Parts: sequence; structure tokens; C-alpha cells
Amino acid sequence: MKQKKTHIRNFCIIAHIDHGKSTLADRLLELTDSVSKREMQQQVLDNMDIEKERGITIKARAVTLNYEAADGETYELNLIDTPGHVDFNYEVSRSLAACDGAVLIVDATQGVEAQTLGNTYLALDHDLELVPVINKIDLPAADPDRVCADVEEIIGLDCSEAPRISAKTGENVPAVLESIVKNIPCPEGDDDAPLRALVFDSVYDNYKGVIVYVRVMDGTLKAGDTMKMMATGAKYTVVEVGRMRALTLEPCEELHAGEVGYITASIKSVVDARVGDTVTKVENEALSPLPGYKKVNPMVFCGVYPADGADYEALREALEKLQLNDASLSFEPETSGALGFGFRCGFLGLLHLEIIQERLEREYDLDLVTTVPSVVYKIYLNDGSMVEISNPTNYPDPGTIQYSEEPVTDAHIYSPPEYVGVIMDLCQERRGTFKNMDYISKDRVDIHYILPLNEIIYDFFDALKSRTRGYGSFDYELKGYERSNLVKLDVLLNGDLIDALSFIIHADKAYPRARKIAEKLKDNIPRQMFEIPVQIAIGGKVIARETIKAMRKDVLAKCYGGDITRKKKLLEKQKEGKKRMRRFGTVEVPQEAFMAVLKLDDDK
Amino acid sequence: MTSKPLSLYLHIPFCASKCPYCDFYSGRYPAETRAAYLAALTEEIRTFRRAAAFVPEGLSDRPLSSVYFGGGTPSVLGAAALTSVLTAVRARFSLLPDAEITMEANPSLPEPEAFFAALAKAGVNRVSLGLQSAVEQERRKLGRRAGKPQITRCVAAAKAAGIRDVSLDVMLGVPSQTRESLLETLDFALSQQPTHLSCYLLSLEPGTPFDKMRDRLDLPDEDAAADLYLLTCGMLKARGMRHYEVSNFCFGDRIGRHNMTYWTDGDYLGLGPGAHSYLAGRRFYQPPDLDGFLNGVPVCDEGPGGDAEERLMLRLRTDLGAPASAFPGREALLKELERNGLITTDGGTVRLTDRGFLVSNRVIGELL
Repeated sequence: MKQKKTHIRNFCIIAHIDHGKSTLADRLLELTDSVSKREMQQQVLDNMDIEKERGITIKARAVTLNYEAADGETYELNLIDTPGHVDFNYEVSRSLAACDGAVLIVDATQGVEAQTLGNTYLALDHDLELVPVINKIDLPAADPDRVCADVEEIIGLDCSEAPRISAKTGENVPAVLESIVKNIPCPEGDDDAPLRALVFDSVYDNYKGVIVYVRVMDGTLKAGDTMKMMATGAKYTVVEVGRMRALTLEPCEELHAGEVGYITASIKSVVDARVGDTVTKVENEALSPLPGYKKVNPMVFCGVYPADGADYEALREALEKLQLNDASLSFEPETSGALGFGFRCGFLGLLHLEIIQERLEREYDLDLVTTVPSVVYKIYLNDGSMVEISNPTNYPDPGTIQYSEEPVTDAHIYSPPEYVGVIMDLCQERRGTFKNMDYISKDRVDIHYILPLNEIIYDFFDALKSRTRGYGSFDYELKGYERSNLVKLDVLLNGDLIDALSFIIHADKAYPRARKIAEKLKDNIPRQMFEIPVQIAIGGKVIARETIKAMRKDVLAKCYGGDITRKKKLLEKQKEGKKRMRRFGTVEVPQEAFMAVLKLDDDK
Repeated sequence: MTSKPLSLYLHIPFCASKCPYCDFYSGRYPAETRAAYLAALTEEIRTFRRAAAFVPEGLSDRPLSSVYFGGGTPSVLGAAALTSVLTAVRARFSLLPDAEITMEANPSLPEPEAFFAALAKAGVNRVSLGLQSAVEQERRKLGRRAGKPQITRCVAAAKAAGIRDVSLDVMLGVPSQTRESLLETLDFALSQQPTHLSCYLLSLEPGTPFDKMRDRLDLPDEDAAADLYLLTCGMLKARGMRHYEVSNFCFGDRIGRHNMTYWTDGDYLGLGPGAHSYLAGRRFYQPPDLDGFLNGVPVCDEGPGGDAEERLMLRLRTDLGAPASAFPGREALLKELERNGLITTDGGTVRLTDRGFLVSNRVIGELL
């Protein structure tokens, strides 16, 4: 049934991580009877295991709620969930573009944090009406008055009528629904104009193919129509349109301007229904797509190899399946002298990388070895050409390089003023360039740095958290490329180059890092049959060296009473153990050694 | 006679006391149990009832090249009982004229002269005595009471009885052991003019008291234990001994032939709880359970044996070595192993060096 536009509200919830976004979403679903108590699992909107464990939302979901307001009218509330991590900034922006307003949650104990601000600015960029909500008032440390003052001062948002709630206990949550109906504008749009529907998410379903989540800006769409993706030009016959309910998809006749819904059209991969693309109809095609589409490019790359070479095909299948649902994951086959056959995978950031890695291991039961993550460097050669390098193996001969560039980010770090010193130390260590510092309130500073991307992808966030006792938060976006002095570090075990351990690094950091890696490898590689030199080299020059001592004793002294089986079992066990090791010539390297090389900041 | 000879192992699961490092199947039992066991073992020799499923037809037509009484401590049973067991063996099998008949014995025997005289009369021609250490303090920690005087008396008694071969067991890497104390033990052992020495590196077996108190034992670390082994190999070879197996040394050709059967793919039948057998390409064992054995519990299958990998694995424990041609595609590894002094390949035969023996699990694992 067609809903009057005046009775539709399209909104999202934005918050800093852990400020209670998912919990509030749960309460809204309950209050609108979208799910029964019995069906209520914790945080219905986040339905991936990893999300639940990490307490973060990875993929956007949307749900239509029917709400009978205090004025006696029934409203259709379309809640669009947004990813909450900087790795997914683009996806967030597309979700916001599908909304007319946003509920801004602020933790009554913590106040305004980096992503509170980051997300607020993003929402303002999309002209969203903001509805502030002060959450966690049930906590003893809650100070809603101070936090309201904070929000008014920092964000300039009137909080006098902001609902003060506890999403956890449910206290005062109905006020949030009323505030949404009252303050968020209804959608605009013209049913008779050519169709323009914004894709804000797409998921792959085994039975229906890709389910495309859209916000219809203008026009209408129904089953049987021929639709067209404006960015890719691909055309499909619409099989079904409908609304997302909390637990099911509910088909409907037609989607109209202003509405949020889904489309299925036998689309085989989410790559063909990219987030940000515009859906139109072949008949009466829109003149121009909706603004803001861009093809997201992976920023972080690493090699992903099966621990057991026999799992190569299984890994390919798993990656293909994940890609069905994740257009920002890229991969292509790669061969490493050390690791054999695997894939070079591209990710939006390190969190994205970790999520994919975890899903491969958990959902597909694969044992993986990953190489050191790398960003994309631009290497300008003497002949005037430029190559983009994300795999250290392809790093050109230093003699042919004229100069190099590395990606840098605009990074904003938010923290109480007492941590400014340690934050500046950290940024300095990470080759940051200080831009400026603003007191956004008397107990909150915004420190702005230009930071090289390769300095923040590994463990910057962890280091920041630990040095600021959890009070620091941070947000970044890619700024562009800057000239840099890069070198490639090679690791040699027993004289053999282990390509999987090579990485590109700023020249100033090469020596200390080389020493540390040599030590870590020595500590993490068990004794071998022979003494093994560990060397770290730039070009042909060894700059750090350690030795793994030879194993001295591994013998079954006695085969008692002809008990040969024991000896055989030992041999079998040894073969099993080998599978978990990577062999380089005669050197066996456990997976932990690879991981150890990645962890830089753990010696404190 | 054309049929292939056979080795026979007889397990005697009794000890006067249990040593804290030992995980072999044995214990203290009253005289009635020992008598019942003797009867059951004699019956098994006569009937092969428990091993019936694995004993090929005509097995007892094959001559025995060796008989080995192991334990436990066979000497606990006394000479008369052991003689009766040997009588049962002779009733079932013929023995080759030069068959080796070994008796393990504890040097704390009350009357070694009479004991060894009786055994020699019954045909025992080889004795293996547990010295473990000549150093009082080390022996105490190992729970070994008999010291140098008892060893000397036993060795003399065995020789006087006409027993040709005397072997002593020595342990390496035991608590508090140093290079000096080990040399003292080896010197003492050699002074007894044995024909054979077994020198075993201590390993902490799960469940033993030693394993449970491993952190309080003052054990030599990996490097120190390895050095003690190398010291042993060096010294014994300097005194003219042949290092013919990982843990075994002999003068001249006096190798322990029974044990050599294990390493060279020979058939052997083991009777008694915990005893292992290898017959007609199959491995099986009697469960280590005295009551079960008394009640006639049958042996358990351990699957096929004697494949190429197993044969190489076992031969590489000995100075026989294995032909280099048995490791196709491993040429580079062989070179690397040789370069690092873990093997030799003289005359196309791969042999582990002393250092190679020390890491033989790994080396053999790599080669196979």
C-alpha cells in the first residue's frame, strides 16, 4: 500500500563506537513490534558473528518500522543502519545520502568523541536534520547536563529537548520515536519524474541473487520493469520489489519516490550493484545519476595464502563468495617463492582486512598465512614512467628509481588536553606533520596531523588508545600522495630471500625496524637442524643480523621392547607439525613468526 | 633349515621398587601373583592363545636366534622360575646353536653367584645390568640403590659363571649430572670390562614422577644434555667401542643381536603384558595389563609394518645406515645435512653422525 510521503521518515543513527547505536536500534524494533520478544536476539541489525564480538556494525542494513505516533497517525519509519568505522567512510556517506535525518547518540558518560564529530559533519554535509539523543543515563558516571552542554557548544545543536534515555533499560526510548516523527522532515520527490533510486547497500542471497537496497528519490519501480544501473550500464528485469522488515523481506506492488526498499533482479554479484550507483528505468531514463558515486578503491593490500597449499582452490572459492557480498574486496592470484600460490587482496583498511581474514578462517575453516600489509606506493622511474606498487616483490631495482610517493592522510585526533603531549609524540614517531590544534571545548582538543597512511594502517589506533588510556579517538581520510624516501627491506633466512616477509618502509625507519625484525624472527622461529642466519637487507646490503641456533637434541633414545609404533607415531606427529609451518628451503617458519613481524608497538 | 629365524621377547612385569623415571609396564606384586604370572606365561609359550589371531601357522617350527628376558626386573622371579620359562621355550622352539639368550638383572641381587651360575646352566649367555650411574648422589635421585660394589660383584659373578656377554646400562642427562660425573660413570663402567654398553639419554615420560617434578630436578638443559651424549660417544669410541646404534656401544662384534632384530626388519614375538610383536608384516601387542593377561585377554592389532619408510627409519638408527639411493629427490637435503655434519655418505651409504643421532627424529623425518 502506498504510504503518503508526509508519513514517511528516512533516518539513520549515528554515534561514536560503543555509544549504543545497536542497542537503541533493538529498542526501536521492539517498540514498533517489528520483532516479538521471542524473536528478539541481541542486536538484530548486526547479524554477523564478528560484528557482535567486536561490537561494530560492518554492513549497512535497513528496516521499515510502522509506528503509531502520539498524534494517532501511523508513520513508516525507515531506519538505515550505517557502518561505524573509518574503513567504511564511503559506505557511510551513501547510507546518509539515503536519509533525511539522523539520530545522533551521545554517551552521557563520555560526551562528544572523534566519530561523534566525524559523523555529525558527514550528516551535515548531506543536509540531514539531526535529532540528538543522550544515552546511557542509567550509568552512575552519567552526566547528561554536561554532555548536553558539550553538544551545544561543540556541535551547535540545541539539546534542550533531546531525549535522555537508556537504550539498555529502555527508559524514555519512546521519546526518540516521537522526536523522529516531529523533527525529521518527510521525503520529497516526484513519482512522475524519471526513476532515480540510490543504492545504499547490496547483499547476495543464494536464492534471489543480489538484493539491492535503495532509496527512491524520484519515480516508481515495480516487478517486470527493465532497470538500469547508471554507473555500469547493466540492465536487468526487476523480479521483485518490497520493504525490509526486521526478519524478512516483504514484497510490495511498487516502490515510490521517498520510499526505502529492495529490488531483486537476478543480479549475480554485488559488484554489479555497487553502493552509490543510481537505478533508473530503461523506459523514461533519468538524464543524470544521483551525485556522489565513486568506485571505492582498496587502500591496503596483502598476500593471503593457504597454510596448506592444497587449500588454494578452497581459498579462491571462499574469496569469491565473500566478494559476492563485498564489492570493496578485491583479489587476484599471486605466487610467492616462499608461500606458493595465494592471492593479493585489497581492503579498505586494516579492520576490513582483519574481518575478511577472520571470516575466511571461521566461516570457511581455512588456515591462512598473510603477508605484511602494504599501501599503494607510486614509484617514478628514471625513464619518466610511474608504477604503482602494493606488493614489495614488485618493487623496482633501486637504481632505476627517480623518486617515490606515498599516500598520506588528513588525520584528526580528539582527546582531553592532558594527552596532547603523548599524542604528539606518537604522531611524531609515525612521521606525522603537525597542522594545527583546536580546543573544541575546554576539555577536548582536535589535533590535526598529516600522517602517512602506512604509519596508521597497522596499529596506530591501538597505540593511541593505550597511550591515552582509551580517551583518544581518531578519524582520517585519504589526502593524496606526497614525495617520500622509501626503501624495501628484505628478509633472508639461511641466505634465501623470503619474499613474503619483504616490505616497503621509510628510509629513516629502516635500521631500527630491521634490528627489531631480526630479533623477532630469532625469537619466533624454533631451533632448526642447522644454525640459521637471519639477515635483513636493503638491496644487497645487510643492515641487521641474528642467528637462530641449531637444535641440539630431538631423539627417541629407546625403542623399548620392540615398540616401533611409538617411533612411527612420532614421525607422523612431526609430519602433522610440518603442515603448520612454512618451509623455506630447509627452514621451517611457524605462522606466529609472520604475525610477530607485523606487530611493531608491543615492546612497551 | 630354510625358515627364517625368529626372536622371542619375554616380559617380566615385576620390580622390587619402581624407579621414578620409568614408564615401562611393571610393579610390585605378591608372590602368588608372580606364581600365577609364571604359569600364564608358560601357558602362552605353549599355546599362543592370546596371540592366536596373529601367529602364522608353523611359527614354532622357526628357530630362535635370540631370547630376551626384559622387564620390569626379570631377576625378581629368581633363577628357578626363569629356568622353567626357558625350559618351556625350548619345548616349543628349537634354538640356533649360537642363539643369544639375554637376561636383564638388577645389581641389587642378594646372591648373584648362585643366580648367574643357575642361569648360565639354563643357557643364558648375555646379561644386561642397570648401572645407570656410578655417582651415589645421581643414583639416589634415580631411585637406584645398588652401587659400584654390587655391580662389580654381579659382573664378576656372571663372568665366573661363564656368561660370555655383559652389558651395562648408563643414563645420560640425569639430574645433577656434569661432564665430570659422567666421565666417572663411564670410567667405572669400562673398568668392569663389559662387552657392551647402552647409554640412554633420559627422557621425561608423561605420568612418571620425574615428569611431574621436572622443574625441580636440576636437569641439564638441551645443550648440556647434547654435550653429555657427544662426550659419551667420543670417549667410548676412543676406548675402542663401536657405536652401532643411537644408544648402544659394543666391543668387537658383541652387538646386542636381539635388539638389532628390531632395527633390521627381523620378525619377533613378544609375550607378556606390554610386549610388542612383529610377525609376517603385522605389528601387534599385548595390552599392558597384568590382570588382563592372566585372564587371557588377546593381543591388539597395531596395523601393518615393514614398509620401506619404516625400514629406513629403523636402519638409520644404526651404523648400517641406508643407501643414498633410498632417498630419491633428497640430494640437496643430503648435501646440506652432510655439510652440517649430521650425516656421512661414504660409499653411497647414508649414516647419521653422533650429532645426527642427537637430532635423529628430525633428520629422519626430513629424509622420509
